[in-house]
Amino acid sequence: MNSDQPLLAAEGLSKFYGRRLGCRDISFELYQGEVLAIVGESGSGKTTLLQLLSMQLEASSGSVTYRMRDGVARDLASLTESERRFLFRTDWGYVHQDPAMGLRMAVSAGGNVGERLMAVGWRHYGRIRSAATDWLDRVEIDANRIDDAPRTYSGGMRQRLQIARNLVTAPRLIFMDEPTGGLDVSVQARLLDLLRRLVNELGLAAIVVTHDLAVARLLSNRIIVMKGGEAIESGLTDQVLDDPREPYTQLLVSSILPA
Amino acid sequence: MNAPVYNFAYLDEQTKRMIRRAILKAVAIPGYQVPFASREMPMPFGWGTGGVQVTASILGPDDILKVIDQGADDTTNAVSIRKFFAVTAGVRTTTSTNEATVIQTRHRIPEAPLREDQILVYQVPIPEPLRFLEPRETETRRMHALADYGLMHVKLYEDIAVHGHIATTYAYPVKVDDRYVMDPSPTPKFDNPKMSDCAALQLFGAGREKRIYAIPPFTKVVSLDFEDHPFERYRHDGECTLCGADDSFLDEVITDDRGGRMFVCSDTDFCEKRRGDAA
Amino acid sequence: MYVAVKGGERAIENAHRLLAHERRGHRTVPEISLVQIAEQLALAVDRVMTEGSLYDRELAALAIKQARGDMIEAIFLLRAFRATLPRFGVSVPLDTGKMQVRRRISAAFKDLPGGQVLGPTFDYTHRLLNFDLEDQSSVPPPSTSEAQDSAMPRVSDLLAADDLIEASPQADAGTPVGDLTREPLSFPAERDLRLQNLARGDEGFLLALGYSTQRGYGRTHPFAGEIRLGEVEIDFFAEDAGFAVPLGRITLTECQMINQFHGSAAVPPRFTRGYGLGFGHCERKAMSMALVDRSLRARELGEEVKAPAQDEEFVMSHSDNVQATGFVEHLKLPHYVDFQSELGLVRMMRAEFQAAQSGEPLAEAAE
Repeated sequence: MNSDQPLLAAEGLSKFYGRRLGCRDISFELYQGEVLAIVGESGSGKTTLLQLLSMQLEASSGSVTYRMRDGVARDLASLTESERRFLFRTDWGYVHQDPAMGLRMAVSAGGNVGERLMAVGWRHYGRIRSAATDWLDRVEIDANRIDDAPRTYSGGMRQRLQIARNLVTAPRLIFMDEPTGGLDVSVQARLLDLLRRLVNELGLAAIVVTHDLAVARLLSNRIIVMKGGEAIESGLTDQVLDDPREPYTQLLVSSILPA
Repeated sequence: MNAPVYNFAYLDEQTKRMIRRAILKAVAIPGYQVPFASREMPMPFGWGTGGVQVTASILGPDDILKVIDQGADDTTNAVSIRKFFAVTAGVRTTTSTNEATVIQTRHRIPEAPLREDQILVYQVPIPEPLRFLEPRETETRRMHALADYGLMHVKLYEDIAVHGHIATTYAYPVKVDDRYVMDPSPTPKFDNPKMSDCAALQLFGAGREKRIYAIPPFTKVVSLDFEDHPFERYRHDGECTLCGADDSFLDEVITDDRGGRMFVCSDTDFCEKRRGDAA
Repeated sequence: MYVAVKGGERAIENAHRLLAHERRGHRTVPEISLVQIAEQLALAVDRVMTEGSLYDRELAALAIKQARGDMIEAIFLLRAFRATLPRFGVSVPLDTGKMQVRRRISAAFKDLPGGQVLGPTFDYTHRLLNFDLEDQSSVPPPSTSEAQDSAMPRVSDLLAADDLIEASPQADAGTPVGDLTREPLSFPAERDLRLQNLARGDEGFLLALGYSTQRGYGRTHPFAGEIRLGEVEIDFFAEDAGFAVPLGRITLTECQMINQFHGSAAVPPRFTRGYGLGFGHCERKAMSMALVDRSLRARELGEEVKAPAQDEEFVMSHSDNVQATGFVEHLKLPHYVDFQSELGLVRMMRAEFQAAQSGEPLAEAAE
């Protein structure tokens, strides 16, 4: 496994909707174990970029390359539907801002976590259940709730369940779209703590889209600041946030209310 | 007005050819649902038009046809369909499983093992095993194409989590030839093992949903389950009151309004043969 | 001593005879004739032809008589008959612009070339039961006037001339028109199959869906651009002759809806269309069809798809009333084997429940 090769690389990535700009000319490299934050206000193009990187949108120009488990770097646009689905089920995770989008709300927590395992061939109910129990534990959900559907969960619990559901097949790359959006401040803090711990323990690479600089600071090693579809500043998170060069970044940083 | 003249077995030759082409495709890809241009038949959709179209397309003048519903030859719809073919094809009909070359069935597989020279035609209401988990045809088509059956197992997992058992008792999903997940039609799960390695050709016709699928002879058919919750056949634990069989699927008959119950073989031909009655 | 039930064949025969007896009713009452049905229950005949997909007034009347007035049963009879007919080909596209119009109204304009022609309509009648109709009624002849030769251009064509409405989608001349009765439907469906599906679709179902769009479930902001009723010539291209020959006339009802306008930075705003067509006089059907046609174009027009009337798979999978009634009514067929299996499971689970409640161990179930 060559960890000196990037896991994911974007090259000149652009998206236009007719004459409207989604994002323009984004390039970066992401390595195994790195967390990259993409920050900006709404309309900055950060969500578009996330969708391009995770193959939910087709790029107008540019490319995204991903190094598969067998070491071969593949242009994502060249993947077949089958390969795409497999990637999403095993090597990738996607955490939605609204957990209801990333969960089966009427299926039990055990079923939600076990689904990916069953999709890759696990056929022992007991083992699936204990793997699910294990993961509920790791995301700090009471194991007694394994047979409850997330419909009965609080917002914070749902989000943690969504994370468990994504991590159960030991993916190497996680996409997160405003993972703490819509949660109470105290619940956010707990979730961020959990995420940071899991990312470290599992050596995950992650791309986190957020408007919240505090989230970026806590979770990420590197940061891209977006405005009007362009990447206006990028670098190590601490450096960029402590010593922003661009006026817009300075504005963003200075408008964080002290905790 | 000109009264129409009907072809042998009602369907015109073009239609039969179209259906046979669909059947050949189905046999070539065991368990895969082949779309076909189902015709308006003189009986309602949902009452066996798929089975009837398949039977009409494969029937020849020398065939001997048996038609059963719930395992019995004498239930009203079986009578009606048998009569339809007697009138439109003039073929010999029989109630004997042993004698028949083509057997059209609704909801049961005959107890007697079938032979290489026989064809079993199933009537299918909903061909898509994933339908009640995912109502969209566009999505289920993709799931089959990519062998993406996780959702099916989630359902089985949920059953065990909630009921302690897999809660499907009929139309129990199977995997055919290690590839496609298939709905065997609403046969009780008791009948599932008969589909595997069967000497006869098994054809499935869904007229309203416009799909045909098939299990070629001697094909592996496995009921979905978990290693630690293996598939179990269910039958009422008892003997047939009329013939004493303890290994056939039994119907429950209510004999009085004080809770009186009696159990008899669902397969009427099987039961009669055991009792030594002539057909 | 229990005897296995037999005699299904005799039972069916007797049921058929009883049905025929009930159909005829009291023998002292004159038997209804096909010509009476075709003439005096004409709108029933029109509906059966439209949803039966076969234009033959006499056959439709026969179907209605045989079905004892049950419309869906009659439609089923006509469809089954149609399936046995040899097929010669496809007509030249009908030109409803050349229709010999008996009724033509537009809600979009106060007046227009050809005028507003009320024709035979229930629209402004007062819904008071008319007891004069109890017996033979004497009906005065209608008023007449000189036949109009003035042009009656379609409203949609008038708007299109000014580019105010989107162009009618042009089909690729090389591609043959699809045929729902010959090929299975698959999604997404092309416009030709969609319109066929709606034309054959149940009037009640489409009416409810159309109504729902007006009440906010997928609003399309409709105006009735034009509804016209009249006779249209059918032409058929005869290979041997080398030219198109007229086969005769049929009565059609056509509805063009003018819907929510669309525009963008690149394209100026235009009204959009919905289209409905049926055999005979069937305004409710044609209008509902036009509303639903437009709704189903939501995805194509970039509108948010949220409402049932916009859901192509939902609408088109459930619009066929012959299929629908077949499946709903099939529940009358014996299902006792499957029910037996369910009974077994429920009894077993109940036994487990009782055992768990009372803390007793449960004997292993056999098999």
